[in-house]
Amino acid sequence: MTDKISKALFEYCLRLGDSPLILGQRLGEWCGHGPILEEDIALTNIALDLIGQSRAFLTYAGEIEAKGRTEDDLAFLRNEREFRNLLLTEQPNGDFAQTMLRQLFVSAFQYYFYSALKLSKDKTLSALAEKSLKEVSYHLRHSAQWVIRLGDGTSESKARLENALDELWKYTGDLFDMDDTDTILIKEGIVPDLNLLREDWLDKISETFGLASISIPENVFMMSGSRKGKHTEHLGHMLSEMQYLQRAFPGATW
Amino acid sequence: MLIQKEKIWSILKEIPDPEIPVISIVDLGIARDVRIEGEKVIVDITPTYSGCPAMNTIEKDIIEKIKETGIERVEINTVFSPVWTTDWLNDEAKEKLREYGIAPPDGKSTDKSLLTGKPKIINCPRCGSKKTVLVSQFGSTACKALYKCESCLEPFDYFKCH
Ligand SMILES: [Zn+2]
Repeated sequence: MTDKISKALFEYCLRLGDSPLILGQRLGEWCGHGPILEEDIALTNIALDLIGQSRAFLTYAGEIEAKGRTEDDLAFLRNEREFRNLLLTEQPNGDFAQTMLRQLFVSAFQYYFYSALKLSKDKTLSALAEKSLKEVSYHLRHSAQWVIRLGDGTSESKARLENALDELWKYTGDLFDMDDTDTILIKEGIVPDLNLLREDWLDKISETFGLASISIPENVFMMSGSRKGKHTEHLGHMLSEMQYLQRAFPGATW
Repeated sequence: MLIQKEKIWSILKEIPDPEIPVISIVDLGIARDVRIEGEKVIVDITPTYSGCPAMNTIEKDIIEKIKETGIERVEINTVFSPVWTTDWLNDEAKEKLREYGIAPPDGKSTDKSLLTGKPKIINCPRCGSKKTVLVSQFGSTACKALYKCESCLEPFDYFKCH
């Protein structure tokens, strides 16, 4: 592997590892606060799957980088601008509607993304994609069902879902942003072209929105920046909590 | 000392899954391969779900049990391919699950009805009734869903086909 490719692959593995890490951490904030017991368990189960996926991708990132950094070093000792998670994943939980809509957007993306990444020429990425795909299928089904139920529910639940949509739609463009890192790796057959996933994603969202009786907003200015580590104000606050222990007591174990 | 693979496998077969102690990590397909390199034993394991919190305990159990037999060097290697599936559970393991009160996985993991289809009909592991309802896709552990039996009124875990 040339230097150029391995650098790009390291960068890409951070993207793969950071999104599930940050979303998993967000979902973990629901622990003990779910609207009903089953949902508390569901949200934390999804969080657990995501943290597990993150661990595998960050471990692989550390191996590619070959500077001895572990999954923990990468999760706890990088600053905000070094994180490559999707902007959607760091958005606050808000109410249950906002959490579920965020989940639908991300899970649908992951579903089509992992389906494509399964075909990667990189054996590790292909295996991790196949494993993760099985898990995100449950997440997608679960979040889609809730979005339908909320949109097609009471006027209160529908209003909340529409508020969530106003809040989150502008971050969906960021899902499909690509840069030189993508170009290098697409050429090698290591990662998929995200442009080719956009239509499937949009179809799934449209189908779900149809059943939920809500519409996709038009003429929304899309936020971007995750590929360059430019985040919304929410990530820094979240990291200060997530990383506190390792920053205050470096190397602490339990 | 000449280490024999069969002996290592027989040790692994005695190690229960920490969350479902009626079946072993071999029954469950978590222990994938054993290699002997001189004095060292290498055991390949694969997680059921990416975030399975039992993996650390399983690693510790394997190392401890093998070391008890006098072997000093044991290494655990985590593999992700081939990807873990409930298709690896044999009929005997499924029966052990049922007796323990967990409905075993039904059907093949290649069944793609997950996203679109209705939840499957799962027989109650206690009374055998077909009148059961899915309460939640997410149960007490990542690998299980929560069902309720409308005949005997008991809730039960279903080991998801995965
Ligand atoms: Zn019953």
